[in-house]
Amino acid sequence: MTAYLTSLRAIVLREALRFIHQRERFVAALVRPLVWLLVFAAGFRAALGLSIIPPYQTYITYETYIVPGLCGMILLFNGMQSSLSLVYDREMGSMKLLLTSPLPRGWLLFCKLLGSTAISILQVYAFLAIAAAFDIRMPGWGYVTVLPALIVAGLMLGALGLLLSSFIKQLENFAGVMNFVIFPMFFLSSALYPLWKMAESSELLHDICALNPFTHAVELIRFALYTQLNGSALVWTLVAASVFAAAALIGYDPARTRIGRRG
Amino acid sequence: MIGLEAQGLSYSYGQKHALEDVSFSVQSGVFCALLGPNGAGKSTLFNLLTRLFVAPTGRIEIAGHDLRTAPRAALAELGIVFQQTTLDLDLTVCQNLTYFAALHGLSGRSARSRIDAALDQLDMRERAGEKARDLNGGHRRRTEIARALLHDPSVLLLDEPTVGLDAAARASITDYAHALAETGKTILWATHLTDEVQPGDDLIILHQARILAHGKARDIAGDLSLQDRFLSLTGVQA
Repeated sequence: MTAYLTSLRAIVLREALRFIHQRERFVAALVRPLVWLLVFAAGFRAALGLSIIPPYQTYITYETYIVPGLCGMILLFNGMQSSLSLVYDREMGSMKLLLTSPLPRGWLLFCKLLGSTAISILQVYAFLAIAAAFDIRMPGWGYVTVLPALIVAGLMLGALGLLLSSFIKQLENFAGVMNFVIFPMFFLSSALYPLWKMAESSELLHDICALNPFTHAVELIRFALYTQLNGSALVWTLVAASVFAAAALIGYDPARTRIGRRG
Repeated sequence: MIGLEAQGLSYSYGQKHALEDVSFSVQSGVFCALLGPNGAGKSTLFNLLTRLFVAPTGRIEIAGHDLRTAPRAALAELGIVFQQTTLDLDLTVCQNLTYFAALHGLSGRSARSRIDAALDQLDMRERAGEKARDLNGGHRRRTEIARALLHDPSVLLLDEPTVGLDAAARASITDYAHALAETGKTILWATHLTDEVQPGDDLIILHQARILAHGKARDIAGDLSLQDRFLSLTGVQA
C-alpha cells in the first residue's frame, strides 16, 4: 500500500511543481473566467432576466448566476490542459516512464487525474476569492460544501481529458479537439444561461444541454455553493466520470494502443 | 541463469511487419548488443520488452517473470534507458530521480540513499541540484542511467543510449554498461554503431524485422571486422 501512496504523492507533487513553473498558466486560468465575470456578465445583466430557480431563493444578479458556470469553466479548461500535457508527455517520452512503472497503469493514470484536479480546485478557490473581493459572494458554508462537488466535477472533466489524450496522436491535432469539445460543452450547458431560457429558443438545444455532462457538473457546483445537494446532477456526473475513465483506461491499454510509437 | 528471453515475437503496424518471429535469450551477467540499421525493428522490440506494446504472439520473460502474466514483477526487474531523453527538464537531477524512485514505490531514507549511490556511481553527485535543462547530453544520459539503476533491476535495456553524444561520452557510457554486466546484470544495448560492441559480447543482428545472426560478436565477425560483417549481412554498402 505504501508504494501506491508514495507514487500518488510523487505524481501530485510533480503536477504541482509543473504548475508552479508555468505561472502564466495560472494567470491565464484566472483571467479567462474573470473577464467573463466582470466584463461579459456586466454587459449581459440587463439583457438577461432571470427568474427565481433553485437553488436561489431570491432574485440574483447575472454575475451571481454565472459564478458556478465559471468554476466549471476553470475545471473544463484545466481538464483539457492536462490532456494537452499528457499528449506532450507522450511526445516528449516522459509518459513512457510512467507507463513502464511496475504499479498498475490504472492507478498511475488515476494519480495523474487526481493531481490535475487538485491544481484545478486551487484555481477555482482563487477565482472565488477574487469574485468575493468584487462583492460577488456565496453563502459562507457554500465555500466548504462546494469542495466535494469540485472534486467530482474535476475528476469527470479530467477523465474526459485523459480519454481525449489517449486518442489524440499529435499535439497539432489538439486545437481542433479544443474547438469541438470545450466550446460546445461550455455553450451547450447551463453555465451561462438557465436551461429554461434555452428551451424558449429551441427544444432540441435544450435537450442537448440537458444531456451534456458539463451541465450536470455546473448544477452540482451551483447547488453545492448554496449548501444543497443536487442528487441527479451528482449521479450524472459520477456516471459520466466512470464512463470517461473506463474508456480512457481502454485507450491506454498496451494491448490496444501504441503509446510508445512516437518518441 | 537466463536474464531476458523472447520467444516468437511478431508485430506489425497495419500491413508493415516490424518484427517477425523474433526469438533470443540473454544470460544473466552478459552484455548483449542488439545491432541493426535504422528501421530494423529495434525500437519496436524495445517497446514490446517494456510493455509499451503487447505482442499478439510470442512470450517475453524478464528475470524469470512472464511479462504477460506477471507484468508488475517483470517490470520491477527492468531498468530502461529510452532512446529519447525522458527527463523532466524543469526539474533538478535529484527531483527527477526522486520522482522515478516513487514510481517504483521507493521513498524517504531508502530512496535518498539509493539516489546518492546511483549518482556516485555515475560521477553525478555534484550535479544533483542542477536542472536537467542545464545538463549537456552526456550528463543527461548519465542521469538517465543512474535513474534506471535506482531500483536495482537485474535487467537493463538501453535503446541507442549514445545517440548525439561526443566520442568521449560515448566511450565512457559504453564502458560503464560493460562493467555493469560484470556485476551480474543482464544488459541489452541497442545500437547501429559496431564500435560499441566488444568481441566477447553477445550480439544479435536485427534486419528487416528478423534476426540475421545471434552469437558471440567475435564468432559472427569471423575473419572480417564486425563493421564489414554487419554491412555484408545487411546488404548495406559502406
